[in-house]
Amino acid sequence: MDILRFATAGSVDDGKSTLIGRLLFDSKAIFEDQLEAVERTSRDRGTEYTDLSLLTDGLRAEREQGITIDVAYRYFATPKRKFIIADTPGHIQYTRNMVTGASTADLAIILIDARKGVLEQSRRHAFLTTLLRVPHLVLAVNKMDLVDYSEARFEEIREEFTAFASKLNTSDLTFIPISALHGDNVVSRSENMPWYEGSSLLHHLEHVHIASDRNLVDVRFPVQYVIRPHSATSQELHDYRGYAGQVAGGILKPGDEVMHLPSGLTTRIAGIDTFDGKVDEAFPPMSVTLRLEDDIDISRGDMICRPHNQPHVAQEIDAMVCWMADGVKLQPRSKLVIKHTTRTARALVRDLHYRLDVNTLHRDESATALGLNEIGRVSLRTTQPLFVDDYARNRLTGGFILIDEATNGTVAAGMIVDAH
Amino acid sequence: MLQRDYTTSQLDVLEAEAIHIMREVAAEFERPCLLFSGGKDSIVMLRVAEKAFWPAPIPFPLMHVDTGHNFSEVIDYRDRRVAELNARLVVASVQASIDAGRVVEDTGRRASRNRLQTTTLLDAIEENEYDAVFGGGRRDEEKARAKERVFSFRDDFGQWDPKNQRPELWNLYNTRIRKGEHIRVFPLSNWTELDIWHYIRREDIEIPSIYFSHTRKVFERDGMLLADDEVVQRGEDEPVFEAVVRYRTVGDMTCTGAVVSAATTVEEIIEEIAVTRITERGATRADDRASEAAMEDRKKEGYF
Repeated sequence: MDILRFATAGSVDDGKSTLIGRLLFDSKAIFEDQLEAVERTSRDRGTEYTDLSLLTDGLRAEREQGITIDVAYRYFATPKRKFIIADTPGHIQYTRNMVTGASTADLAIILIDARKGVLEQSRRHAFLTTLLRVPHLVLAVNKMDLVDYSEARFEEIREEFTAFASKLNTSDLTFIPISALHGDNVVSRSENMPWYEGSSLLHHLEHVHIASDRNLVDVRFPVQYVIRPHSATSQELHDYRGYAGQVAGGILKPGDEVMHLPSGLTTRIAGIDTFDGKVDEAFPPMSVTLRLEDDIDISRGDMICRPHNQPHVAQEIDAMVCWMADGVKLQPRSKLVIKHTTRTARALVRDLHYRLDVNTLHRDESATALGLNEIGRVSLRTTQPLFVDDYARNRLTGGFILIDEATNGTVAAGMIVDAH
Repeated sequence: MLQRDYTTSQLDVLEAEAIHIMREVAAEFERPCLLFSGGKDSIVMLRVAEKAFWPAPIPFPLMHVDTGHNFSEVIDYRDRRVAELNARLVVASVQASIDAGRVVEDTGRRASRNRLQTTTLLDAIEENEYDAVFGGGRRDEEKARAKERVFSFRDDFGQWDPKNQRPELWNLYNTRIRKGEHIRVFPLSNWTELDIWHYIRREDIEIPSIYFSHTRKVFERDGMLLADDEVVQRGEDEPVFEAVVRYRTVGDMTCTGAVVSAATTVEEIIEEIAVTRITERGATRADDRASEAAMEDRKKEGYF
């Protein structure tokens, strides 16, 4: 059994909470005491139906104001897979939360109300999903019961969205007509839509192939921690020196020739260790410890790759940046801390090329700053070289965060588009 | 030639993520510690820590906030495990906080030291100057936890501000703090109760005996079975009887209920949990039943 992480985009009005509630309920991930609590609160508030959004809205302020403040993570499993849902709110702080939820997602579900069709917010959701390179996108056309389960309406929406999506880098796009309220095509195929020949939403989530979404080609091993037991009692351990980290790309094997960055020195992998014994290969997302044949001065923040397949060693970076801070803005000459893989450096914003309107995809080149929830293309100069790939090639070596030294807050997420 | 699929099982993914988190803390903080209560989540967390730094020993101490009202089987287990790993254990005692006048003990039948633990914990963090504290909390446990970050910032007073959390993207964690502040780190955030049990089975980890079915003198309160023990205040209208029970969570005796169960092996516990329709905290924790936002309120004050 493997794990599928997915993000859900849409507002309460699109039936997002109802859909999540149904997936959780039908997979028995909602427990009786949780359901009772939700029913009790719904009753107390005079709501006629059981408001399943109360299951995900956990904070007092959210329940009081009937809004979702933050990304909530929910869990369920079927015999096929374990699922982690990043449930992102529809309105408040939308971009920031969606970007956060999408950063680790294998798949995103965008909900559309069949009566309303493709709205501005649907386009925004789709754009953010592709900006974050979520490999699989599902357009769930909801409330089909309210359009008489009409195939023509579904096709109309499909065509409109497909036309828009052709402007984006969507790799895998699936359309599913559903009714979350009545359960049509959610867990099992609906008898109300015999014209639909695809799978139910849950069946799709269970079977979508994600193993090859990881980059298994470019070997990237950011060194996270050096393990040196310094044992006084064991001679073998006394000299042990292992480089611990989580594989960010490619497949490593003992005997492979590898290169260390920044030194450029080459050596071979002597062994790949784990607590459970030596392994004969390591690939994402394994956390392992490498031993190398030669003594090279290696520390946290360094990168191990292959001599003929190296990341860019760069101090000049172009990236799409989503600004997440209230108050302070991103502007040319801003100085920030950049955290990229296991390496931390300082970064200077050299240029803001444009601000992107996430609804129209219009590039505003006259923009002089990025405010909260705004996205733009910037050039950065870093104090130390970073070992980077284009985000489109590897999300782990192409993504970074920016931190404001004055507040220590995480103020931006960045996706590298070019480096030199 | 057959191409390998490179699919990774859910437990391997969760373990790799937790190891990454622990190494990140060890690399970036000066004085981390790991909260170890002898409960199943902290047992799993400790095993992951063992794996993350092997063959070197775990590079930080363990801390237990001892209410003085713990099950003796669990304290025995704690001490045995600490000795096995040759780890350093710091015990922060709620009794000591009471004796020093830092907190005042509740009185009456429902008296519990649960809430007092927060002061003891925060005092110990301050006294030892810990800047990162590992906790075994999981997001599936409770709805306030569902919104908490893996690296959860605490201010000078140890408080959590749920409305002002740092965004967390990819596997990049912001570890920056000022002196006096700290980060609570939850490496098991994405694990569910069943994942914990599947992992305990796979790793064949010993757990305290009270997790397995046994005969115990109990009494009933609010639909929960509490242990008959001198530390638990029992009314005359709460008669004691013997029952075949086990504990689904391990906490303070005064607020942790047992469930009727015949499960004597990890396998049987997994079967039991797979079909249960009540959450672990709903079934066994009086502390969370106090109000709709009981956990959120305690967490804001600095609770685990």
